[in-house]
Amino acid sequence: MVTYIIRRLAAAVVLLFVVSITTFAIFFLVPRLAGMSADDLASRYVSKAANSQVIHDTATRLGFYDPILVQYGRFVKGLFLGVDRNYGPGIEHCPAPCLGYSYVTQNPVLPDLLDRLPVTLSLALGAAVIWLVFGVAAGVVSALRRGSVFDRISMGVALAGVSLPIFFTGIVSLAIFRDQLGLVGDVADWVPFTQDPLTWANNLSLPWITLAFLYAAGYARLTRAGMLETMSEDYIRTARAKGLPERTVVLKHGLRATLTPVLTIFGLDLGLLLGGAVLTESTFSLPGIGKYAVDAIGNNDLPQVMGVTLVAAIFIILANLIVDLLYAVVDPRVRLA
Amino acid sequence: MTAPLDVTGSQSEAPPEVVLEGAGRQAIQGRSLGRIAWMRLKRDKVAMTGAAVVIILILVAVFAPLLVSWLGHPPAEWHREKIDPAIQAPIGAFGGISRDFLFGVEPTTGRDLFSRVLYGARISLLIAFFATLLCVLLGTVMGMIAGFFGGWVDAIISRLMDIFLAFPLLVFALALAGVIPDKAFGLSGDALRISLLVFIIGFFNWPYIGRIIRGQTLSLREREFVDAARSLGARNHSILFREILPNLLAPVLVYSTLLIPSNILFEAALSFLGVGVRPPTPTWGGMLADAVHNYDVAPNYMIFPGLAIFITVLSFNLFGDGLRDAFDPKSR
Repeated sequence: MVTYIIRRLAAAVVLLFVVSITTFAIFFLVPRLAGMSADDLASRYVSKAANSQVIHDTATRLGFYDPILVQYGRFVKGLFLGVDRNYGPGIEHCPAPCLGYSYVTQNPVLPDLLDRLPVTLSLALGAAVIWLVFGVAAGVVSALRRGSVFDRISMGVALAGVSLPIFFTGIVSLAIFRDQLGLVGDVADWVPFTQDPLTWANNLSLPWITLAFLYAAGYARLTRAGMLETMSEDYIRTARAKGLPERTVVLKHGLRATLTPVLTIFGLDLGLLLGGAVLTESTFSLPGIGKYAVDAIGNNDLPQVMGVTLVAAIFIILANLIVDLLYAVVDPRVRLA
Repeated sequence: MTAPLDVTGSQSEAPPEVVLEGAGRQAIQGRSLGRIAWMRLKRDKVAMTGAAVVIILILVAVFAPLLVSWLGHPPAEWHREKIDPAIQAPIGAFGGISRDFLFGVEPTTGRDLFSRVLYGARISLLIAFFATLLCVLLGTVMGMIAGFFGGWVDAIISRLMDIFLAFPLLVFALALAGVIPDKAFGLSGDALRISLLVFIIGFFNWPYIGRIIRGQTLSLREREFVDAARSLGARNHSILFREILPNLLAPVLVYSTLLIPSNILFEAALSFLGVGVRPPTPTWGGMLADAVHNYDVAPNYMIFPGLAIFITVLSFNLFGDGLRDAFDPKSR
């Protein structure tokens, strides 16, 4: 068990390395390949009217003339040892793990990200609870009553659900529930849970439901397919022959086996969402990590994007690790080694 | 989605010479497994409806200029006379729908929404098709190599796929689409953006199909007809292309059909986030991004592009589901 976790963590470090290298390459190598010079890169971070001297100074300050490996080394050094930054009036120390300073706002990246984390956490976890409960329940009932009216309707809705982009359902639900009916608060108005739980839930309810609907649709389809397969297994017949109550057969024998693939997908989905529910946050203008990422990319702000991709990758890795550990709980046949 | 495709079940019980023949020329044309599946598919009314809508959509996209010249106005033509200057909103009910402007007009500019949605279909389908082609090509080649050769080759490719699956893909795709200047690699304008999007979507999605193909190849490799071919002296490449590839056609076909709708959604998402094909070229995602700001004065601006995405993706999904069921009736 311990060796397993250590091995997984080692793999995680490799992955983070690859993610950071790729991000760097996207921002420095790809524009070079596309024919941009260091000055062209720097000109993105100065005002339109700036002359070549200003651009040259900016490129020097941001270290764009250095070889890409040196630039990357500087980033890694900041991550482990922290960096000192001379910002004019004095020297500021950014302690490790330092994700650097934004090219545009000059703010350190990590505190910015931590500020936005609660928004994304609230959004993703709240939606996850809803979609897991409704998606799995709908899938189980559909599989048990295969061909029934419930099955047809819920699978029809689920198919529609996986075919609808969230930036469409999001706008439509905003138009109906907020503007026409006035049922929910202003989504963009983020209120922390600790400050006012009721307003927090009220403002988030629309993003939760729209996001959960999208995922619940996929989970219902997945659970139904899995349950159909499991319930035709011999051990289900054995369980029934033993005279076990149907409830036990369905929940303990059927659902338990079906949950393994559902959990795998859940790990991937939740991990991806925690690293920024990009589309949902953009649609509802929620100030979370996903919106931060979109804004950072819009500004070509490498340190910010780097921070987001690393945080996102960490979430994906953690979520997958937890899911793999949960396997052993759900499925006794799984041994971690 | 998770159910394995047992496409070769009927062949394994046939005498070996039939198996060998089935893996030959005919199968490469996609017929050997087709008959039964096609008969099942024909009986599946829902899937056939999906297929019909898909065909209509493709025709509409191909003949968009013709349809627009007949029923609408050029997509970039401004009609300020249709806009109420005080609120920059279309004049008339529901975004100014009339016989002249079937879907109404766009706020502020007064461009014909009907023709913009139609032209949007061209971009959407074009990118989704080519991106899917790239995904499937990469995924099949990598999956086959990993599954067939095993050992360290498999280890490297499988790790690579794991890494891809653990990437925050949308953020990377956004970053990549965002950093490319307007002129690069000898291309510019729409041609550059379209090929860029095809590359990004195709490149980031191949591991999903790669994993499936790897699994299928792993199990096919152990089958008797591969042993038979090997004992007849067949080399690796001829086993790969003549024995294994034909047996992979069914899963490749099914997953390609199911990948197209998810790639349509991916393209729409990138356009929605502002890194798709650049305006004034119309894209569905781009229209929805604009609609966020003025759906209250022009609901048509939100409804029509949204419905276009929905109908396209839904009909591809219906057809894809039907196709999968036709090849694997157990999954029903």
